[in-house]
Amino acid sequence: MSHSTAPRSDTGAAKEPETTPVVSGDTTGGTGGGRRSTAGPPEGSRLRLRLRWRRDRALLLMSVPAVALILVFNYLPILGNVVAFEDYDPYISDNGVVSILNSSWIGLEHFEQLFGDPAFWHAVQNTLILFLLQLLLYFPVPIALALLINSVVRPRVRAVSQAILYLPHFFSWVLVIAVFQQLLGGAGLLSQLLRQHGFDGIDLMTDPETFKYLVTAQSVWKDAGWGIIVFLAALASVDQELYEAAAMDGAGRWRRMWHVTLPALRPVIALLLVLRVGDALTVGFEQILLQRDAVGPEASEVLDTFVWWYGVRNQDFGYAAAAGLVKGVVSIGLVLAANKVAHLMGEQGVYRK
Amino acid sequence: MTTELAEAPARQRWWAAPPRPVWEEPPGRAGLAGKGLVLTFACLAILFPLWIVVVTSLSSRKTIDEAGGLVMVPQDITFVAYRELLSGGQVSRAAVVSVLVTLVGTLFSMAVSVLCAYGLSRSGSLGHRWILMTLMATMFFSAGLIPSYLLVQSLGLMDTYLSLILPSAVSVFNILVLRGFFMGISQELVDSARIDGAGEFRILWQIVLPLSRAVVAVITLFYAVGYWSAWFNASLYLNDQDKMPLQNVMIQLVQKQQAPVGLGQAIKTGELSGLAVQMAVMVLALLPVAVLSPFVQKHFRKGMLTGAVKG
Repeated sequence: MSHSTAPRSDTGAAKEPETTPVVSGDTTGGTGGGRRSTAGPPEGSRLRLRLRWRRDRALLLMSVPAVALILVFNYLPILGNVVAFEDYDPYISDNGVVSILNSSWIGLEHFEQLFGDPAFWHAVQNTLILFLLQLLLYFPVPIALALLINSVVRPRVRAVSQAILYLPHFFSWVLVIAVFQQLLGGAGLLSQLLRQHGFDGIDLMTDPETFKYLVTAQSVWKDAGWGIIVFLAALASVDQELYEAAAMDGAGRWRRMWHVTLPALRPVIALLLVLRVGDALTVGFEQILLQRDAVGPEASEVLDTFVWWYGVRNQDFGYAAAAGLVKGVVSIGLVLAANKVAHLMGEQGVYRK
Repeated sequence: MTTELAEAPARQRWWAAPPRPVWEEPPGRAGLAGKGLVLTFACLAILFPLWIVVVTSLSSRKTIDEAGGLVMVPQDITFVAYRELLSGGQVSRAAVVSVLVTLVGTLFSMAVSVLCAYGLSRSGSLGHRWILMTLMATMFFSAGLIPSYLLVQSLGLMDTYLSLILPSAVSVFNILVLRGFFMGISQELVDSARIDGAGEFRILWQIVLPLSRAVVAVITLFYAVGYWSAWFNASLYLNDQDKMPLQNVMIQLVQKQQAPVGLGQAIKTGELSGLAVQMAVMVLALLPVAVLSPFVQKHFRKGMLTGAVKG
């Protein structure tokens, strides 16, 4: 390694305060050129590049494996979306690329078919209903729990309850649904207790009527506890003197929460709302797929499972990819729109302007 | 509201509350009771189902039949369900597969992610903004299920364990968290090592990593839990039932109510309770996570949030 030969003059720049909000990284952190005043003659941008290459090549080399994996598994498949415009025949070859190249082009036929397919619109409807239910019934729970935990002053009670509340986040969906099955299923605890007291057993796991609430309840059970961690961090960073000053001015417990605590949470809530709205069409793929057979597609089909059903089960890759592509494009639009709204409301959003 | 006050003196009882600031009114009795009630309910809602699962998995067939199914109060504890499951056969094999995929996958993911996070942690280094943008853009789109499936198939990864590791090996979020933490490490320390002639790999290994134990523990847990919990890729890319990891076997046993291969006879003849076997598989799946995550818990805030939501 040749750092000794390359003059280093960026130690000052490295001390630049660089904040990293949830996903925005430092896309706006000023780290461009122009600081290397000692690095070379003013016209020598190529020389500067060479010096920087010599200095940073080890760092670049370190990034290569991760970047390569991301390029192969996140960017390369984008090209595969051409099957949405093809009459894709998976049996041409064992190799998907060969099949893609040899399938016939049919243009927008899949999309025309898709937009006239009631099953597709039904999946859209289920997706949106689930999204709204989760927004109403799931989203506020972590905020309330965080306020509750934050008001607990005994350190041990805090630590133990946090440990318990975080736990289900680390369970797999398979396990969570298995647990719910043992509680609410036809042979589950609830049915067992009802039968022992002379009632009919009920099976909430296969009931299409209540399925959307069941899914929301599972999400709350699994992830609401984990969700408090972000809010707790925001609460911990509130200047305690604000509370003291408010108390001096005669603000009681609730007024302090309203005027000090909630404003402190506002940016975090806005950020999470933007993320959630941007991701509105993704409402728990694995979770719903696992229960699709038990409940039936009428109540449980969402966009992701629609794609899975047509593509993976029925091997109709072109049609499924068309549905997936519609979802992907709309989702990107939603992210941009949600972020725009956040900016208009004076919040930072996911990325900055 | 709480403050990070000095720790209570040692002679105070552990349940005693630390002193409050003078301006804060003491909590009312009703308020305290209400808070306690809600918190207890929330914790019980999580613990009670797990308790039932564990107790039933340890119950004999007789106890389970008497209880009419799930057992709430442990009576005669027996490990027979575990013994049957772990003495070779479908579930043992699946557990071994899950453990190995988790170990290898986590090691691989951590190596790749730590290297990348460190490589991007120097502000002003060549190309790091481009690379960052390339990585972060993936958080806003997904290529889609079908193209990803076709890719794995074209790469010849079907029915290999690599298909369970490679497609989900890198989490950009985890890289950003690691990077955020690395950037908080004193630059003087790193620079002085460089002046002493240490290369980047050595600085990473001997200076940066030892200072980053908290975040490394948290991210390792995230990756490990991800691999341990994964079932979808296996259902998509593996056709050979003998290769299936534990989660996929659990779907068959619990959701489809099948008996594990080889144990059906013992369940039919009544030596073994099918329910206890189901529960034992669930306990096998939750045990590693439930045991490990509380140890890492104290690092969650320090490790994760310094990197993720600073400022």
